[in-house]
Amino acid sequence: MTVDLLKVRAAAQLLRTLLPVPVKGQTSPPVNDGAAPDMEVVSGCVSLTVNKVLFFSGLVGNRNDLKAKAMEEKALEVYDVIRSIRDPEKPNTLEELDVVTEKCVEVQELGEDEFLIIIKFSPTVPHCSLATLIGLCLQVKLQRCLPFKHKLEIYISEGTHSTEEDINKQINDKERVAAAMENPNLREIVEQCVTEPDD
Amino acid sequence: MKETLSLVQKLSAHPDSRCWFVSWNPSGTLLASCGGDKAIRIWGREGDSWICKSVLQDGHQRTVRKVAWSPCGNYLASASFDATTCIWKKKNNDFESLTVLEGHENEVKCVAWAPSGNLLATCSRDKSVWVWEVDEDDEYECVTVINSHTQDVKHVVWHPTQELLASASYDNNICIYKEEDDDWECRATLTGHTSTVWSLSFDAKGQRLASCSDDRTVKIWMEGSESRQSDVSWKCVCTLSGFHGRTVYDVAWCPLTGALATACGDDGVRVFREDESADPQQPLFSLAAQVTKAHNQDVNCVSWNPKEPGLLASCSDDGEIAIWKFHEED
Repeated sequence: MTVDLLKVRAAAQLLRTLLPVPVKGQTSPPVNDGAAPDMEVVSGCVSLTVNKVLFFSGLVGNRNDLKAKAMEEKALEVYDVIRSIRDPEKPNTLEELDVVTEKCVEVQELGEDEFLIIIKFSPTVPHCSLATLIGLCLQVKLQRCLPFKHKLEIYISEGTHSTEEDINKQINDKERVAAAMENPNLREIVEQCVTEPDD
Repeated sequence: MKETLSLVQKLSAHPDSRCWFVSWNPSGTLLASCGGDKAIRIWGREGDSWICKSVLQDGHQRTVRKVAWSPCGNYLASASFDATTCIWKKKNNDFESLTVLEGHENEVKCVAWAPSGNLLATCSRDKSVWVWEVDEDDEYECVTVINSHTQDVKHVVWHPTQELLASASYDNNICIYKEEDDDWECRATLTGHTSTVWSLSFDAKGQRLASCSDDRTVKIWMEGSESRQSDVSWKCVCTLSGFHGRTVYDVAWCPLTGALATACGDDGVRVFREDESADPQQPLFSLAAQVTKAHNQDVNCVSWNPKEPGLLASCSDDGEIAIWKFHEED
């Protein structure tokens, strides 16, 4: 995102003459999120109010906006991994069956290069064991395929299942997941669902 | 005086696998670890560093979840997802499999040796807690099966001085068991945690019990004065919340210093100290030291060395063991 400093400064000058209340030069404290130097310079000479006006007029990007975009990109990266997982019962992918959608992935920053991924999937059938199985497939594929450091939370989207809480608790219990994956029959089913055709 | 947790050594204990648990032997000279690679490793000191002394393979068909040393230090018990508990006997510098305890319907989550040395407790996803008796001929016999939990039992621990057993479960509760007239029964159920209770630890004298949970808190429980022979009452006297970013998988009370260590799913290892000026009935704990990125992944276990004050071992999903020194720095 580029910022035309001259345009911004000119707009700021104009607004200062139009606004009845004197506008101070200092801003809200600079955010240490590694934003580009030109953004910091901008925030250094424009007040909070002016900043907001400029933002709405599309001249200046909001710092939070940048972050939100980065999270969206990460979410897409995650979605790319899960969309092709096959349903345990039907010959379709989870994407085709709307079990997962782009919107069902949320990514939050946990720290330096570490992200919290929250997935809310909608199982096609209310059958308990199938929902747990899909949850298991999501866990396994993401653990194996995500290139960046992450913590994972997988839930059934609210209102799609009668024993939601029970299923959510199981899917997010890593000891239970690990033990389940040591069961040869279960392991085989999961492998069939998560393995890409060209693997 | 500032307290710190400094790294002594990192060991690549269970490569390409998870390290689930670490346990020091009673003399503090050996550290046993176990993991997703189905093996148990014994670590010992050689000069200034810790090295692998032996690898116990082929004892189990699946993940080895926990290991426990007998009070005399000559035996090691291992609990596995293969539904068995293996008893190993120390022979020279190695261990050989003595016997395999079967009976649980599915994964054994924990094994613990009573301080007396002739009782063993195991617990499982089958919701039960088993108590085993061992005689002088190394013969093991199950004396009781207790079904007090409604879900997966994650951990069992013996009281340091009394013949009392505590268990932690996926059902969010803690059960306290006592024997009366040859009958082991649940004498008290401790409720309060809002999610799975992963681990338990008694303090040196057994007056307090620490528990940790998926609800991201650590709770301290004390035996109430209304406790009688068979009527046991414990209440929660302190809750540590806001310190852990994710599930707290393990808690360990140091028998030498009274410091409380925790293993967390946010990759951190933390040590808490009790406020000496606080009312013993309402203890206060403060964070004395922490390493927020102690490991690259979830920390599964913390264990204090029983002889060397401040020496702490931890292990992680990344397969590594870390040895720490908790000390005061000027």
